[in-house]
Amino acid sequence: MATSNRPLSPHLQVYRLPLTGVISICHRMTGVILAVGVVFFVGLLSAVASGPDSFAPIQAFLDSLFGRVVLFLWSYTLFFHLCHGIRHLLWDTGHGFDKETMDKLALLELVASVGITLLVWSSRWIFGG
Amino acid sequence: MVEFTLPKNSVVQSGKSYPAPGGAARVKRFEIYRFDPDLDENPRIDVYEVDLDACGPMILDALIKIKNEIDTTLTFRRSCREGVCGSCAMTINGRNTLACTKAIDDYKKTIKIYPLPHMSVIKDLVPDMTHFYAQYASIKPWIETQSPPPADREQLQSPEERAELDGLYECILCACCSTSCPSYWWNSDRYLGPATLLQAYRWIADSRDENTGERLDELEDPFKLYRCHTIMNCTDTCPKGLNPAKAIAEIKKRLVERQ
Repeated sequence: MATSNRPLSPHLQVYRLPLTGVISICHRMTGVILAVGVVFFVGLLSAVASGPDSFAPIQAFLDSLFGRVVLFLWSYTLFFHLCHGIRHLLWDTGHGFDKETMDKLALLELVASVGITLLVWSSRWIFGG
Repeated sequence: MVEFTLPKNSVVQSGKSYPAPGGAARVKRFEIYRFDPDLDENPRIDVYEVDLDACGPMILDALIKIKNEIDTTLTFRRSCREGVCGSCAMTINGRNTLACTKAIDDYKKTIKIYPLPHMSVIKDLVPDMTHFYAQYASIKPWIETQSPPPADREQLQSPEERAELDGLYECILCACCSTSCPSYWWNSDRYLGPATLLQAYRWIADSRDENTGERLDELEDPFKLYRCHTIMNCTDTCPKGLNPAKAIAEIKKRLVERQ
């Protein structure tokens, strides 16, 4: 019987990932974004350190609407990654596996990551400075 | 290896359509994956309209009705029709489950049926399970002892020791969990997958087994065990309500505890 030409059954094309599965993929993607972002961040710091001439365009960029949106989204990926990381720590202790609480914990992560991001960005109004 | 798209010979095309008989009041539309190894064609989706007033309540009832009355070439595995044998595992509307324990009425619209994901398809809804069973055999799914068995009685277990196997022994090896796992899709050549790992833990947790150390040694491997990234699709999809993700976490815990 010829087995070489057997097709591969559809996978990502047809499978409906549960919320925790979607978050798991996003955890990977935010990890990559953060790693790349850190390289940019180091470049930014070194530019700031090399004097007023290189500082000026960076300050202008960070002060622009586009710059702020980029920073906001980057900070969100950071806190999203952090929240799912905490869930991984919980899992490592052997807890948080119940099917009933799976979606609730996933929602909690999402709410917490949005909440922390908004809290950090509004901290200058809340705490002054 | 991660591959997001299907190979050329696996891309699904549209197929034939079998309309409902005239006068049928409650019609359900089934879109079913078909592959015929005797034809030199890609897989296709055939559409069957079934009169629910002349059909049993479960998805498997509809499949059997289609095979008996509409299209005898439709091929699928089934045996016990009560969720014990695990033969009729397939992807129904995007989730892996047993066709015999899922009611047609649980699905509001069209029912889309595919073979278990990311498997080599022999015909229609029948995937090749050879590799899956070989992985199961590799964890030595039987009791291993060093000491000779008692001469005059069975090896006894306390009720507490027996309770350790609850949630593990019920696994019917239908492969719904393993084939729902993206990590298993990309790495099934070396990653054992949730079903086999749950079974591995079933023997690790058995108080009568005396080869726990060797069993853990075998699993302490970056691919066999640690490709589990707690995606949780396995626990989400298990038609028996078991928790492979938790069993895998228990193996990881045992490995840490013995260090």
